[in-house]
Amino acid sequence: MALLETSKYSQGSVLGSVNPDLASERQTASFSVEKLTALLDGGVEQTRIRRAVVDAIESDPVFSRENQYFQTQNERYEAAVKKAVHLQKKMHEMGWTENGPEYKYIYRALSGDVAFLLHRVFMRSISMLGSDKQIAKWIPLATQHKLIGSYAQTELGHGTYLQGLETTAVFDTATQEFILNTPKISAMKWWPGDMGRSATHTVVFAQLYVHGKCYGIHPFIVQIRSLQDHSLCPGVTAGDIGPKMNFEHIDNGYLLLKNVRIPRENMLSKFCEVRPDGTYVRQGSQKINYFTMTSVRISLIADEVLTPLMKACTIAIRYSVVRRQSKLKPGEQEAKILDYQTQQEKVLPQLAAAYAFHFTNDYLQELFNRGYREIQRKNFDMLPELHALSSGFKAMITQHCTAGVEICLRACGGHGYSLLSGLPSLYTKILASCIYEGENTILLLQTARLISSTAAKLQDLIQSGVKKHDAWNQCTVQLVQAAKAHCHYIAVKNFAETVEKLETKAGIQKIMKHLCDLFALHGIFSNTGAFLHDGYTSAAQMDMVTASYLDLLAVIRKDAVPLVDAFDFTDKSLNSALGSYDGQAYQRLYEWAQKSPTNQMSPAYERYLKPLLHNTLSKL
Amino acid sequence: MSVNADLRKERASATFQPALLTHILDGGPERTRRRKEIEALVLNDPDFQHEDLNFLSRSQRYEQAIRKSSLMVMKLREYGIADPEEIYWFKSFVHRGRPEPLDLHLGMFLPTLLTQATPEQQDRFFMPAWNLEIIGTYAQTEMGHGTHLRGLETTATYDPSTQEFILNSPTVTSIKWWPGGLGKTSNHAIVLAQLYTQGQCKGLHAFIVPIRQLGTHEPLPGITVGDIGPKFGYDEMDNGYLKMDNFRIPRENMLMKYAQVEPDGTYVKPVSDKLTYGTMVFIRSLIVGDSARSLSRACTIAIRYSAVRHQSELKPGEPEPQILDYQTQQYKLFPLLATAYAFNFVGAFIKDTYHRISGDISTGDLSELPELHALTAGLKAFTSWTANAGIEECRMACGGHGYSRCSGIPDIYVTFTPSCTYEGENTVMMLQTARFLMKSYTQMTSGQQVTGMVSYLNDLSRQRIQPQHVAARTVSVRINDPTSLVEAYKSRAARLVESAAKNLQAELNHRRSKEDAWNRTSVDLVRASEAHCHYVVVKLFAAKLAEVTDAAVRAVLTDLCLLYALFGISRNAGDFLQAGILTSAQITQVNQHVKELLAVIRPNAVALVDSFDFHDVHLGSVLGRYDGNVYENMFEWAKKSPLNKTQVHESFHKHLKPMQAKL
Repeated sequence: MALLETSKYSQGSVLGSVNPDLASERQTASFSVEKLTALLDGGVEQTRIRRAVVDAIESDPVFSRENQYFQTQNERYEAAVKKAVHLQKKMHEMGWTENGPEYKYIYRALSGDVAFLLHRVFMRSISMLGSDKQIAKWIPLATQHKLIGSYAQTELGHGTYLQGLETTAVFDTATQEFILNTPKISAMKWWPGDMGRSATHTVVFAQLYVHGKCYGIHPFIVQIRSLQDHSLCPGVTAGDIGPKMNFEHIDNGYLLLKNVRIPRENMLSKFCEVRPDGTYVRQGSQKINYFTMTSVRISLIADEVLTPLMKACTIAIRYSVVRRQSKLKPGEQEAKILDYQTQQEKVLPQLAAAYAFHFTNDYLQELFNRGYREIQRKNFDMLPELHALSSGFKAMITQHCTAGVEICLRACGGHGYSLLSGLPSLYTKILASCIYEGENTILLLQTARLISSTAAKLQDLIQSGVKKHDAWNQCTVQLVQAAKAHCHYIAVKNFAETVEKLETKAGIQKIMKHLCDLFALHGIFSNTGAFLHDGYTSAAQMDMVTASYLDLLAVIRKDAVPLVDAFDFTDKSLNSALGSYDGQAYQRLYEWAQKSPTNQMSPAYERYLKPLLHNTLSKL
Repeated sequence: MSVNADLRKERASATFQPALLTHILDGGPERTRRRKEIEALVLNDPDFQHEDLNFLSRSQRYEQAIRKSSLMVMKLREYGIADPEEIYWFKSFVHRGRPEPLDLHLGMFLPTLLTQATPEQQDRFFMPAWNLEIIGTYAQTEMGHGTHLRGLETTATYDPSTQEFILNSPTVTSIKWWPGGLGKTSNHAIVLAQLYTQGQCKGLHAFIVPIRQLGTHEPLPGITVGDIGPKFGYDEMDNGYLKMDNFRIPRENMLMKYAQVEPDGTYVKPVSDKLTYGTMVFIRSLIVGDSARSLSRACTIAIRYSAVRHQSELKPGEPEPQILDYQTQQYKLFPLLATAYAFNFVGAFIKDTYHRISGDISTGDLSELPELHALTAGLKAFTSWTANAGIEECRMACGGHGYSRCSGIPDIYVTFTPSCTYEGENTVMMLQTARFLMKSYTQMTSGQQVTGMVSYLNDLSRQRIQPQHVAARTVSVRINDPTSLVEAYKSRAARLVESAAKNLQAELNHRRSKEDAWNRTSVDLVRASEAHCHYVVVKLFAAKLAEVTDAAVRAVLTDLCLLYALFGISRNAGDFLQAGILTSAQITQVNQHVKELLAVIRPNAVALVDSFDFHDVHLGSVLGRYDGNVYENMFEWAKKSPLNKTQVHESFHKHLKPMQAKL
C-alpha cells in the first residue's frame, strides 16, 4: 500500500517514482514480502484490518504529522489534544470499538502522537482496583469524557521503588474524608502524563494513615481541576514539568496537594477498605495487582519498543542502498554503502534482533494469555515466573532495541542527525522505555532474584559472614549479567523453535533461519568473553563463529530491503525524508528543509546581523 | 541556599585536594587561574545573561546566539584576548559549550584565508572578514558526499574569455548541505568544488564565493541558500544549504597560495598535499578534547545527583541509601569517570604533540605527520564513540529525571553526538588507522623495524623465532600494576593487527581484488584499530601517573587508571582469552578486582568530579548543581515551562470544552 501512496510534493519532482537503486533490491527478493507481512501480523485477515485502520487514520488531515518536526512544545501539545478529541469522533464514524479487532492498530497508526493516553490507564486502574460501586460510578463518566483522568504514582524523589513514596492520605473519621498532602518537595507527584494541563481527575498513590498508623501505599481518586472552567481546585498546585527529550505532545505534570479533602468513597477499595469508623479491612488477593504491572510491561513491547526499532531499520536500510559513497572497485560507480561490510555489521544485526524480538513478543503474549486464564481460575502458580519474565524481557528488549535505534541513527551519518530523517525522534522516544514501567537495572535484578544462577556465589558470601543484604549488593553486577543472559537465551531458543515451525514454502523459512543464526552469532560475537570464559567455546571455535557471522552478513544483505519492506510501514508513518518507499532521499530532504520556519526571514538579521555586518556593534 | 548535607559529607571524606587535580587537568596552576579569570569576565557580564535556552524556540535560540556572538567578538578585542586557547575558553563560557553561528567564520573561514590565500587575496578579504563586514563559512560537505571528499560534485569551470569561474550545483546531491552559519548568517563561503580548466578536471579546490548582497543580506542572483531545518541538536546553528546556478566569480577568488589557474587557464599544481594533514590533525585533536570534556560534564552531573538521590533500601529498617552506594550504579558510573580522566590526558597529549611537531611542519619536516595523522584519526573515532555511549549511560543512570531537559545531559548528548560523524566519519577514520597499521605490519614482516606507537609490532617478528606457539605461552600479567596492564593491551593490539593482516592476506589469496579483500576484512580491521587506540589510551594514562608529584592525587589517579584498564579487559575478555594473554582464572580475578576498585573509588567520587571544575552556569544542569539542591530547583525550573505560561491552557477552550459539551 505504500506503493500507492503519493506525496503532495510529487508534482514537478521525482518523488513517487522509485529510485532504481531501491527498485533493483526488490527484484531479487528470495521470498514473498506479502506473505512475510501476513506472518508478522498473524494472518492475512489481520493485515487487511491493520491496513484499513492505517488508511482511515492517514487519509484524515487532522491526524497528519507532516509539520511535527517544526512545531514547538505548545503546538505539539495542542495538536495532540485536538487529535485525541477527533479520535473519539473517528472511532464512532468508523464503527471501531475498544473491544473490536481494529482497536490495537489505532495507536500504531497514530504513531502514538495523541493525548489522553493516561486516561486509559486511569480507567484501567479503576476497573482493576475499584469496587463494583466505584466502577459503576466512574467508568461511564470517563468513557464519555465527562472527565479526563491521569495516573499519579511517580514522585520527584521516588520512582521504581514504590514503598518510598511520600504523599500522605490521612483518614478523618469526623468528616469521613481523606486529607491528602504533599509533605515535602520530594513528595511532589512528578512525570504523570496528561496531568500538567489536561486532566481533571487523577488516581493518586499515597501512604494511608488511619488513627496515626501507616498502612502503606493505596490509590485515591482526586479531582484536581474544575469541570466548569478547568481552573485548579483549592489546595491543588499542578503544571507541566518542562521540556523533555521527546513526548513534547504530552503534558507530563507535577502535582502538589495541600490539605485536599476527598470523600471516603474515593479510595479505590476492591482489595482494601477503610470503614467509616476507621477500621482497615483487607479483602481478596492483591496478587492480581502484580499481574497488572506485568501485563503493562509486556503490552508496551510491541508498540513502544519493537515498532521504533523496525522503523529505524527500515529507514537506515533503505537509505543505505540509496546512498553511494566511495568506490569498491576502481573505475566502477560508487558503491551503495550497504555493500560495505562495516555498514552491514551495524544495521543487519539490528534487523535480526527486530525479527527475533517480534517472535519473543508473540511467545510472551501467548504465555500471558495462558497465565491470565489460570488467574481467572484463581490459580496463581504462574505469577512468580510471569513476573520475573516480564521484568527481564522488558529490560533486555528495551535496552537492546534502544541501542539498535541509536546504531541505525549513527549509521545514517550526518543526515541521520537531521530531525527530518525521523531517527532522532524514534531514538528519544524509545529510550524513555528503558525507564518507565520500572527502571531496567532494577527489573533485571528482579529476574535475577528468581533465577539466581549466581546463587552459589551468594551462598559463599553469606557463609563468609557478610550480611545477606550486603552480599546481594556485592553481587548485583553479576546478577544483572546473568539475568540478561537468561533472557537472551530464551529469545534465541524461541526464535529457533519458531523457525522450525514455519512452512517451508515461499522462502520464508530459509531467510528466517538466516536471521535467527545471525541473531545468535551476533550475541556470541559481542560477548566473546563470556563464552570463552565459560570454556563453552574454544578459541578456534570462536574464529569460526566470527567467520560464519561475517559470511551471513553478506547473505542477508541481499534480502535486506525486502525484509524491511515486510514491516509494511507507510511513508506517513515513517515520516522520514531518508526512508520513504520510493528512495528519493535527497530530493525529499531538500524539499522538506525548505518548509522549515527558519527559512522565513528571521528577526535576527535586522536586530543583530545587520549592525554586526555594518560594523555598528557598539550600538548593540 | 546551603550545600546539601550529602554532598558536604562526600566532599569532607575525599582523600585528596581537588584543586591540585584541577591544576593537572588545566596544565598548571597558572592556567587554572587564568581560566577562572576569563570565566568570571563572562559570568559577571550582564550582557551575556539570558533566559534558560530550554524554553526557547529554535529561532529564538539562534537569535540569542547571534546576539552573544556579536558581543563576544567585540569584547574579545576590548579585553585583548588573542591566545587561541583563551579565545576558546571565552567562547565556550559565552555559549556554555554550545555551537554558535560564527563558529565556522572564526574557526574555518579566517584560518583558511590565512593559510591558503595569496597576499593579494588576504588584502582583499582578511581585514573585512576580521571586522565582520564579511562573514564567511566553509562549504565542503554536500548532500550526497561527506567524508569521501573526492566524490564531491560541485563544479567550478574556468572561462578564460571573461577570466571567471562558473560555479554550478549540477545535481540534487551536489547541493552543499550542513555547513554551519551558511543558512542565515554568512554572506560569503569558501566553496570546495571540482575545478575544470581547459576541459580537464583538476580535482577539488577552494573558492571564495559571495552569496548574499552586502547591505540587504538578500541572496545573490544564481544563489539559492537557506537553513536545512531542525536537527537533533545544534538548535542555535543555522546549518545551511547552498545551490549555485551558473554563478560567476573572478579568477582571483580561487584560493591560490598553492595550486593556481593562470589567466589563460593553465593549471599549476601545488607542491605537497601532506600540508593539509596539519589542519586535520589539529581539528581531530580538538574533538578528542571535546570527548573528554563532554564525558566529564555528564559524569559530574550523574555522580553528584547519585550522591543526592536516596532510593529503596539496602538493609531493612535503615534509611534509604544514596543511589551511589549501589554496586550497579557504581559499575555504570566509575568506569566512565576513569574514562573521562583517561581522555583528558589523551587530549592534552595530542595537543602537545601537535604543537611540538607543527614547528617541524613549518620547517618542512613532515616525517612524523603520517603516524600522527593515522593516530589522531583512530583516537578521534575511539574517544568520540566511547564518550557518545558514556554520556547516554550517565543520562540513564539518572533515571527518569535524566530524560528531562533540566538534567542538562540530553543537551550534552545531542551537541556531542555529531562528532562521531563530522570531521571524518568514525568507521572511515578507524579504517584509515588500519591502513597505517597494515602498512606497518607489512614493513615489519619484510624485516624493517617500525617506530613510534606501533613499535610493538616488532615484538611479533621476535616471537615468531621462538619455536613455541604464541597462544600457548603463559603470560605473567600483574593485575595490580598499570605498567603490566599496558603490556597486556599491547599484546592484544599486536594479536588483532596480526589477525586482521592474515585475514586480509587470505582474502587476497582467494584472488579477490585489493578493494574487495579490504572490504571483506573491514570488521576485523576496525577491531584492530580499536585495540591499537585502546592500548595508546592505557599507555598514556599509565605514563601520566609518573608525572604527578602529590602522593594523594597520584594514589587516586592510580586507582582510576587501574579501573580503566581492568574494566576494558573485563569488557573485552574474549580478545585477551582468545589470544592467550590472560587465563580464565585471571579474568575471574580481573572481574573481582574491578568490583573492589569500585568500593575504593566510592569515597572520592564527588571530589573527582569537582576537580573537573565546571561552573554551574557552564554545566547547565539542575541535577548536577554544585550545591546539590536538586528537587527545589527542578520545581522552580518547571514553573518556567512554556506550557505553564497561563493557568488554563488555550487547548481547554479550543478542544476540551467543546468535546465535553458534545458528549
